[in-house]
Amino acid sequence: MDAIVHQFPPYRKDEAHHSQDAHDDHGHEHHDPGFWAKYIFSTDHKTIGIQYGFTALCFMLFGFFLMLMMRWQIAHPGTPVPVIGPLLEKVLGQVAAKGVISPELYNSFGAMHGTIMVFLGIVPLAFAAFGNYVVPLMIGAVDMAFPRVNMASYQAYFLGGLVMFISFFIPGGAAQAGWTSYSPLATTIPTHGQLFWIIGMVLLISSSLLGAVNFIATIIQLRAPGMTWMRLPFFVWAQFVTAFLLLLAFPPLEAAAVMQLMDNVAHTSFFLPTGLAVGGQLANISGGGSPLLWQHLFWFLGHPEVYVLILPAMGIVCEILANNTRKPIWGYKSLVYSVLTIGFLSFIVWAHHMYLTGMGTKISTFFQATTMIISIPSVIILTCLFISLWGGSIRFNTPMLFALAFLPMFGIGGLTGLPLGFNVSDVHLHDTYYVIAHFHYVVAPGTIFGLFAGIYYWFPKMTGRKMNEFWGRVHFWCSLIFMNLVFMPMFAQGMAGMLRRMSDGGANYSAAVNARAGADVIGGLSDDIMSLHVWILWAAIALGIAQIPFIVNLFWSIKHGEKVGDNPWNSTTLEWQTPTPPPHGNFTHEITVYRGPYEYSVPGHATDFTPQNEPPIGSHAPQISTTVH
Amino acid sequence: MEIPYTVQPRPDTGIYNAKVGIWLFLASEVMLFGGLFSGYVLLRVGADQWPHGWLDVRFGTLNTIILALSAITTLLAWAACKVGHFGKFKFFHACTLLLALSFLSVKMYEYHDKWIHYEIKLADGTFADGHLVEKSADFDLAQKTGTVTLHGRIVKDETLLYDLRSQKNIELKEVTVNASDIVKMENYGPWHNTFLAIYFTLTGLHALHILGGSIVIGYLWGPGSKMWKKDPERFTNRIEVSGLFWHFVDLVWIFLFPVLYLT
Amino acid sequence: MSELKATTQTGAPMTGGPDSHGHPVDLNNYIRTCAYVFASVLCATALMIWISFLPEHYTWALKVGLILVVACGNAFVVAGFLMHLISEKKMIYTLLAFTVFFFAGLMGLTLYALQDFPTGTTH
Repeated sequence: MDAIVHQFPPYRKDEAHHSQDAHDDHGHEHHDPGFWAKYIFSTDHKTIGIQYGFTALCFMLFGFFLMLMMRWQIAHPGTPVPVIGPLLEKVLGQVAAKGVISPELYNSFGAMHGTIMVFLGIVPLAFAAFGNYVVPLMIGAVDMAFPRVNMASYQAYFLGGLVMFISFFIPGGAAQAGWTSYSPLATTIPTHGQLFWIIGMVLLISSSLLGAVNFIATIIQLRAPGMTWMRLPFFVWAQFVTAFLLLLAFPPLEAAAVMQLMDNVAHTSFFLPTGLAVGGQLANISGGGSPLLWQHLFWFLGHPEVYVLILPAMGIVCEILANNTRKPIWGYKSLVYSVLTIGFLSFIVWAHHMYLTGMGTKISTFFQATTMIISIPSVIILTCLFISLWGGSIRFNTPMLFALAFLPMFGIGGLTGLPLGFNVSDVHLHDTYYVIAHFHYVVAPGTIFGLFAGIYYWFPKMTGRKMNEFWGRVHFWCSLIFMNLVFMPMFAQGMAGMLRRMSDGGANYSAAVNARAGADVIGGLSDDIMSLHVWILWAAIALGIAQIPFIVNLFWSIKHGEKVGDNPWNSTTLEWQTPTPPPHGNFTHEITVYRGPYEYSVPGHATDFTPQNEPPIGSHAPQISTTVH
Repeated sequence: MEIPYTVQPRPDTGIYNAKVGIWLFLASEVMLFGGLFSGYVLLRVGADQWPHGWLDVRFGTLNTIILALSAITTLLAWAACKVGHFGKFKFFHACTLLLALSFLSVKMYEYHDKWIHYEIKLADGTFADGHLVEKSADFDLAQKTGTVTLHGRIVKDETLLYDLRSQKNIELKEVTVNASDIVKMENYGPWHNTFLAIYFTLTGLHALHILGGSIVIGYLWGPGSKMWKKDPERFTNRIEVSGLFWHFVDLVWIFLFPVLYLT
Repeated sequence: MSELKATTQTGAPMTGGPDSHGHPVDLNNYIRTCAYVFASVLCATALMIWISFLPEHYTWALKVGLILVVACGNAFVVAGFLMHLISEKKMIYTLLAFTVFFFAGLMGLTLYALQDFPTGTTH
């Protein structure tokens, strides 16, 4: 009954003057735009993608340095940080007296390392940067659905990052309550770092909200004719689900941030219980609040956030595997339904972060069950990707190496999560280095390897040149080895009982327990376990050095890399079927899609890849279905 | 370059871009207010005593009616655009803006009313409670000098201050207390208890939405309405999309009113 | 203005509103709808206030429950007719269904988790 009579494109001739207005947003780009319009206030999704990517990489490097300083403090408690110690003292003052990181500074580095890596590094790079650059190209769209919203999204992100960064230099330093900012700790610390953190978070949440709306609208509305849902590359699906997670899971954290802001500024008691004592004194508050409410609202975001971190990387890996095995991905539909299931389930598993808050057995069992169920689609995805390798004539280039390494690394990260998902074994492992090792395996050698793969893979599309293959391999092998040397020992430390967030790496704790020598005392850490800190420190430093080839390669290759054509990897997806770098408006001709995303090595075809927009012989151009479903 | 479906709906989804966008945005708004409502429920369930009758139902009702009227003028403004009556559009949205302003004014008055409402714990264990009439010139809580006068009452039991609904004929008169008798003096700000905390937070965030919506509607009513001449369909869509946001804000109030004023 | 009317009459719908079936739009239709909606909002508000002031032997739990039912009805009318959800596209229903489900999960599970403490222990 709702048949709508429309031609594609849906503009009638007499509306030509309308389209003129639609140009308003971009009119300035027709006549040579200036530097500001082109690079700073651009509404072009490709420029915004690069802006996101560059900023996010800078923040990741910054977050990495915070971690290095923390590792030094853990391995050599109370000794000055070499090389940058004096600088620290000069910039941060008393908290870094004589170049030694004080426990307060350690806490704020810890909190900010987590915040920066998650909200300013990985999410903007995986979701916003790759999503912005690649998704519109992949679906054959001219740009994002709302280009100016897109620009606003980046600006909010940048501003949020700026607020977070500035908070290091205010009196008292940055937030110290961990990246999870648990109340009442976050409210009772008497410095303003937490305030900056909250304001920064509100900006970042607004940014990803705008981004998420834009991505979903773009994927729904701007797919090229013939690009049906089941012809979308898996990367687009992954971004689609990620956008939904950001859209619906972030707002409760924003609500919680507003409440914590009220707690800190208006002295309300949302998260402050009756009878709260601060420094031995009864706090002057009304009380009646619930600290657990913060945790629920935080983890309602926190768990979907894990999938926000991992899904885009899975998408990237899937694209690269298909391209470099030269055969279709095995189980495309399973992948799609799995990623949708993950997205759905990730909203109802959050309290597995909270088994030790005294929840009852019934609710713990519920969350334990959903947690185990959500591992099934994750395993399906990984299995599909593994099986896709079977029988392929694999090209081992740098992006492929990173993509291949993603599989076992993410596998380790995922499987070690199972004992944390069971509430009984979690009692022992909760808040130890085991947890740190687990989620870093998911995010660092997992997601970050996926992102490296993506950078090496799409670099030729952005610049027209390949990154250097030799130095790419050096980067890969060193990263792989040292990444594992950093995180593998942490499993052992965690199982031995080493708690996280101890600024001296457990030295005091261990000494105290060991001093109470007696048969009934357990929990002291052995020297072997403690000495692993030093190994981890040097592995982390080596990991840092291993990134130098990447950084140099990235910038050097922009000007001096090997020149390549429009489709250097012989890929099927649409982003390679347009000039390099893609012009404003992305495609030089009307794009029409005739086939699925992974038609590699189709028997009887002249080449071993069939681009999505290559018409079958004797076909008609498809139209967007004219019936409303 | 031209982004498709900014005006016409895409055939297979039946919707134009901005409408997809606004519904996605509203979905996230549902979760935002949902988080705060969850907070409300949990605080209320966990509270030792929850206030009843602290807010004036008359003002709440007035604001409900104001907002309902503004929702209707918003719809009519859009309808006027659809049938091409630009003048009527201007009229209806002018009404919307005036109503939004009235809503905020009423809200401000209510905030002020709470701001000057004090609860004073006295040394003899009783509580003086009421609106501030005046503080004597030499009033100083720290120095314990001077007096403060409230229009209210003195009660022996603090719980009487919580449930105002169950008490019939509460008599209010002018009460003057000496600063030297005051143990604790606190106005009904968000810090007073969790009810007021969630009241100020929820209505404050809601008022910010009203303000934001008014700015957008004000822009579309004023400078933004130039688009009507060039591209009436696109302009009508903008009015629809901003209207959807406005209706959502009304929808939030439909729940805020009973949850805060009536229960 | 007449130009716009002409567009709608030729059957090219402008929006997904209640008139997206190619009927000519009439302002009076909207005004009638609005009058009904406004009347029902007034009725619902009056009903809620009445419930709220019922005598004390009706417990607050009961009153809250009844008031929320009325509020939901009220919200349905506003969302249905003013936001024309009553004749919206399937995609938007799907989106809202998921949102409502996740909201229910957020509130319900949190509430349950905070009520379901093991007895006999201190927290």
